[in-house]
Amino acid sequence: MATPAKTLTNSPEFVRERLQGRRFDAGGFLFRLLLLGILLITLLLLAVLVIEVVSGGWSVLSTRLGDFLTGKLVTSSERAGISQGLRGTFFIGVFVVLIAFPLGVGAAIYLEEYAPHSRLSRIIDVNIRNLAGVPSVVYGLLGFAIFVKALRNLTGPESNGATVISAGLTLAILVLPIVIITSAEALRAVPDSLREAGFAVGATRWEVVKSHVLPYAGPGILTGTVLALARALGEAAPLILVGATTGFLSEGAGYGLSSLQERFTAMPIVIYTWGGRPQAGFQNVTSAAIVVLLVVVLLANTVAILLRNKYEKRR
Amino acid sequence: MPPEARLKSPRGVSDVKPPRLEIQRSPSDVPLTEREEVPVFEVSDLSVYYGAFRAIRNINITVCERQITSFIGPSGCGKTTFLRCFNRMNDLVEIARVEGKLMYHGVDLYHPEVNAVEVRRRVGMVFQKPNPFPKSIYDNITFGPKIAGIKGDMDEIVERSLRRAALWDEVKDRLKASAMGLSGGQQQRLCIARALAVDPEVILMDEPCSALDPMATGRIEDLMEEIKSEYTIIIVTHNMQQAARVSDMCAFFTAEVNETSDTRTGILVEFDKTEKMFSNPSDERTENYVTGRFG
Repeated sequence: MATPAKTLTNSPEFVRERLQGRRFDAGGFLFRLLLLGILLITLLLLAVLVIEVVSGGWSVLSTRLGDFLTGKLVTSSERAGISQGLRGTFFIGVFVVLIAFPLGVGAAIYLEEYAPHSRLSRIIDVNIRNLAGVPSVVYGLLGFAIFVKALRNLTGPESNGATVISAGLTLAILVLPIVIITSAEALRAVPDSLREAGFAVGATRWEVVKSHVLPYAGPGILTGTVLALARALGEAAPLILVGATTGFLSEGAGYGLSSLQERFTAMPIVIYTWGGRPQAGFQNVTSAAIVVLLVVVLLANTVAILLRNKYEKRR
Repeated sequence: MPPEARLKSPRGVSDVKPPRLEIQRSPSDVPLTEREEVPVFEVSDLSVYYGAFRAIRNINITVCERQITSFIGPSGCGKTTFLRCFNRMNDLVEIARVEGKLMYHGVDLYHPEVNAVEVRRRVGMVFQKPNPFPKSIYDNITFGPKIAGIKGDMDEIVERSLRRAALWDEVKDRLKASAMGLSGGQQQRLCIARALAVDPEVILMDEPCSALDPMATGRIEDLMEEIKSEYTIIIVTHNMQQAARVSDMCAFFTAEVNETSDTRTGILVEFDKTEKMFSNPSDERTENYVTGRFG
């Protein structure tokens, strides 16, 4: 412990002199300005992006929104629509929700609640974190090798495996590590006193996890998984590798199960293809498609926030 | 307990529920003085290790039915570690290991075939910091009976448990409200009610009043006195007056420093009737502690 210098006196004059007078904390003030500046730059970049995209796509969105959403990929930018892209993105989302969420949350529960704290479990933990950082193109190659080539007969023999099934499975695997990490962190945030309370009244581990740990960690798990979903919906690179296309799409492709095995496209691919065209008209439809994709992701996030608030209130 | 020792590993925690083994209790209508002292726990030569570190060593003690037994001693002498042996709560700490014998009605609690889940139904626990489930008051009470498969009127169990924990009058109009909205003292009484709801035989209390004000502490002490006729209670406390006030038997622990490794191991110094421990202890260390000269 530091001993106060004996030269300090506590005479009333001295104390008054020390306590009075405002001192300007220049360092603190500058640091605060710096942080504010960084925040503003980030917001500014985001604002420029949104304004640019919305103003570019406004001519399309304001005049023919219905046609745009239901129209097909055609060579004329006047009549081009994104229905096939939305369909592909919808199915990709369904695959991620149905495959990555249960597998990821399950793996996280095992790692956090059941697995012994051994060297092996630490190695697994580190590797999952590394997997989350692997570039998406690599997952695209994996998807191509497994789902498009090896499992062609299951994913779509008539389309050479380049189907929305392959794409959905690939993206589900892509976000799986993210789902595991965020869920594990949500579980780690559950206080041990809650687990102890459950065990102390004679609950088994499963009863403690089911009745107390999962409800407590639920909102956190939900937030993480929806962020993972948003990531999957925006990925383009793996889709290119598993054979997403914008040409030769089936005419009558609907939302039926049989359509899963046909050639497919998705929103990021539509944006990528249109964005590469030189004609001015295509720049507008590209911006409009970006706006639609942003709205879809925002909607997913909104649903997640609403669900989280609903469950958090019950605490 | 080392902070990094998290509640983990299912080692020793079987998820299989065996049939309840029935243990005869002596009739409660016989007054305590005329009843023979029936041992509930007989501990012999018990040591607990966290990895290579020995937290407590060679403890011998007998806990009798329908008595309040208190554990006192300075911080870090292993009272809590020892208490957690009685309902196998130490199982949840992966690196913890128990040596020696801890007999419960003649059954070795650490025998491989003993189901820790069943042990915890019979030996309830109240923790230092009130830890109600973040659910309604009602659900806090019913969770235990429900998982124990107790059939019966849950409303009645809730009322009976809350009445016994002297909380009923304060919460009867808001049973569906969240338990997190209660005051600290109310939360702790709710935790006691929750422990009573599964009808255990023993209740372990780990410094149950350390987070409470004197009023709330007084209520909990009165409560212990009341339920003592039906339950065997073991309480860890830092408050010597509390030990003197509520307990029948008292054990004094202290820590011995291991010169070579600079670690501290808890040992039992003296175990006797509370009256004797506070008026005429046999060991000098006990006397120094209870008179406030040490610790």
